[in-house]
Amino acid sequence: MSTPGTSQPASIPPMLEMRGVTKRFPGVLANDRVDFDVRPGEVHTLLGENGAGKSTLMKILFGLYQPDEGDLRLNGVPIRIESPTDAIGHQIGMIHQHFMLVPTLTVAENVALGLKSGRGPLTDLQAVSARIEEISSSYGLAVDPSVAIWKLSVGERQRVEIIKALYRDAQLLVLDEPTAVLTPQEVDDLFVILRQMSSAGRGLIFISHKLHEVMALSDRITVLRNGRVAGHTTPQETSRQELAQMMVGRAVKLAPDKPSVEPGADRLSISGLTVFNDSGSAAVTNLDLTVRSGEIVGIAGVSGNGQRELAESIIGMRHPSSGSIIVDGVEVAGSEPAESRGAGLAYVPEERMKDGAVGEFTVGENLVLVEHGSDRFSGRGLLRFGAIREHCRKLVDDYRVKTPSIETPTQSLSGGNIQKIILARELATKPTVLIAAQPTRGVDIGAAEYIHEQLVEQRSAGMATLLISEDLDEVFGLADRIAVMFEGSIMAILDTEAATREQVGLLMAGVESDPAPAAGVALDR
Amino acid sequence: MGSFFTSAVLVATIASGLRLAIPYLLAGLGETVGQRSGVLNLGVDGVMQLSAFFAYWTVLETGSLWLGVGAGLAVGTVMGLVYGVITVTLGATQGISGIGIFLFGLGFSDLIFRRRVGTPKPIKQLPEVEVPLLSDIPWVGEALFRQTLFGYLAFASVPVVALMLKHTTFGMNIRAVGENPQAADSLGISVGRTRYLAILIGNVMAGLAGTALVLELGIFQQNLTQGLGFIAVALVYFGAWRAPGVMVGALLYGLVNATVLQWKAQGIIPREASDLASMAPAVLTILALVVLAGRVSPPAALTRPFSRH
Repeated sequence: MSTPGTSQPASIPPMLEMRGVTKRFPGVLANDRVDFDVRPGEVHTLLGENGAGKSTLMKILFGLYQPDEGDLRLNGVPIRIESPTDAIGHQIGMIHQHFMLVPTLTVAENVALGLKSGRGPLTDLQAVSARIEEISSSYGLAVDPSVAIWKLSVGERQRVEIIKALYRDAQLLVLDEPTAVLTPQEVDDLFVILRQMSSAGRGLIFISHKLHEVMALSDRITVLRNGRVAGHTTPQETSRQELAQMMVGRAVKLAPDKPSVEPGADRLSISGLTVFNDSGSAAVTNLDLTVRSGEIVGIAGVSGNGQRELAESIIGMRHPSSGSIIVDGVEVAGSEPAESRGAGLAYVPEERMKDGAVGEFTVGENLVLVEHGSDRFSGRGLLRFGAIREHCRKLVDDYRVKTPSIETPTQSLSGGNIQKIILARELATKPTVLIAAQPTRGVDIGAAEYIHEQLVEQRSAGMATLLISEDLDEVFGLADRIAVMFEGSIMAILDTEAATREQVGLLMAGVESDPAPAAGVALDR
Repeated sequence: MGSFFTSAVLVATIASGLRLAIPYLLAGLGETVGQRSGVLNLGVDGVMQLSAFFAYWTVLETGSLWLGVGAGLAVGTVMGLVYGVITVTLGATQGISGIGIFLFGLGFSDLIFRRRVGTPKPIKQLPEVEVPLLSDIPWVGEALFRQTLFGYLAFASVPVVALMLKHTTFGMNIRAVGENPQAADSLGISVGRTRYLAILIGNVMAGLAGTALVLELGIFQQNLTQGLGFIAVALVYFGAWRAPGVMVGALLYGLVNATVLQWKAQGIIPREASDLASMAPAVLTILALVVLAGRVSPPAALTRPFSRH
């Protein structure tokens, strides 16, 4: 079943072999006879959608789950891994998607956690710091061992995670979506370090769903779908298109076809907008932005640079301290959400289960959550259930929401289907301006494809869309113009046609735009 | 009406303030260790009452102060194991479980007291231990170096707890488990074991606090602590989860208490206002907590049971 990789001779015996691994949970077959191996010195990517079984397989490797069937071999020797301690003992390291760091402890303390100290019951942070400095300098991972984690940037925290693994001399290292929170340049730096680690003979397991990164970094790729291996391949033998097809099981469009649309009048005009965050510091500073009819403007940026506060202030969930937000000629700055919606705004929020839908409500209830008070759906204080049911059934059909019925509790559906429900509800209000925040994050490729099509269709119909996304592929694929946000300000607004990923990446990191585009092509774009 | 600002009265007030601070300090330091591991124990007061009763009863029956101390420690250990089973092994909600422990301690100590002892009989009190030479220093010696063994133990525990948390592997594990148990678990630290040990330390110190209190008073009665254990929990917040901070809180509490008592005795506070004045320390604590609110954050995993999935 396994296709030998081309970059590594098949004669090198694997350091890790997982054979016929099966793991069942009540009602779910999370891993179904999965075969997976890693050779020394290679990057083997595990690719698959949410729920395909990647995390389960890695939790088995790390001793957090026990497989129901199948066996593990390390350097040819059968092993059982009962706990993370066992895994660490076998020199298996894992860099989790959500960093496993203690924010109030220093870098050195975090590295020393769980290890024996050379000074008996007392900690030996000086020795630990010295060793960290050694690792830092040989891998170019600059970090101060005496600083508390909470003071570090996301990129620096990831360096600490890598140092933790190197300090324990991990020979096999699992990286669970390590690029999710990084700018493109930080991703490039990370890949240099990962290459350096693999060329020293370490085996790396790279988990990602970003196809261009997978193509750029992998020696071999194993694709999982519904708990099974959908195929083994290499970047030389495959393409992004084919990988996507293996993940989903059918042909998918990675970027929607965008008809050319001549933008019309200004629909959303923001000027001089300043918004404070929950801790009282300015999250958005003196921001100007215009979105026209028939146009998608993409906000690119690393999360936490004011995107959330910007979206919330436009829809009215957060009141700006100054500035103006004009929707179709109506000032909505400082309005309540109901008033903003009345002016023609709709909102697909970033946190879909917190701000977008009520999990305990049925699909139908969520579909009318915005309009349930309108004359169409209620009269004399009572809901008109007949009209509501009819409306919901139509939306479920139109948006191809996969749900047993409109009476199903929303939280039992997949992320993609919940997102379709939210989008259906928001677009049903016939908005002139849509704020879509991370509309496809954590959504399966099929649903993402559909959501993208809908956004493009509404663009043709004249809607103005502000797309906030951390996924540069999405921004480049959908937006007509890209506004790069950094520390609450728009660094630059670029025409998508003329923009490059490096240019956007540098702006995302706060580096002022260079008039001459940088040489070289980032990754595969 | 006597004068408060004479040296003799001041020294006596300070000495009495230090003595009053001891149970708060012992219980507060123990609770600090528990909370740094992510476990809130609102049952401190109940544990103190139980250990106070058993220490009292043991001394009453055997006449041995040391056996009494041993009984107090044993009660603390047993209650620590019980609380560990409830909150760590069974993962129960900590707030409610602690209230349960408190009610159990309050009721059970009173029940056995009435059944087995009946009328309060005095027992011998702990002797003061004078530090040679130091206790002869005028004023300071009298106030600081004429304490019971519990006094020296309580104040010595401050640097011990602080250094343990900051400079030992065990202390670092406690902090890690209280802030991000998932991270600690991923590094092979047993979250359960670390929390059990921290809870044990907390309960044993609460047991010592109860023992110190009853041996200082030399008598037991129903609800002996009168909420002292709850104040100790509040002092952990007041002290921002740090041993020296808890000590400052305990001293402040003890000194204000002693001053109020002194003023009452001297008639500076009129009899009619005496109950009102007794509230002063509690009001002070609440004010301090309000002022400090939001300045420091508790251990991130405080009150959150840990499980892998």
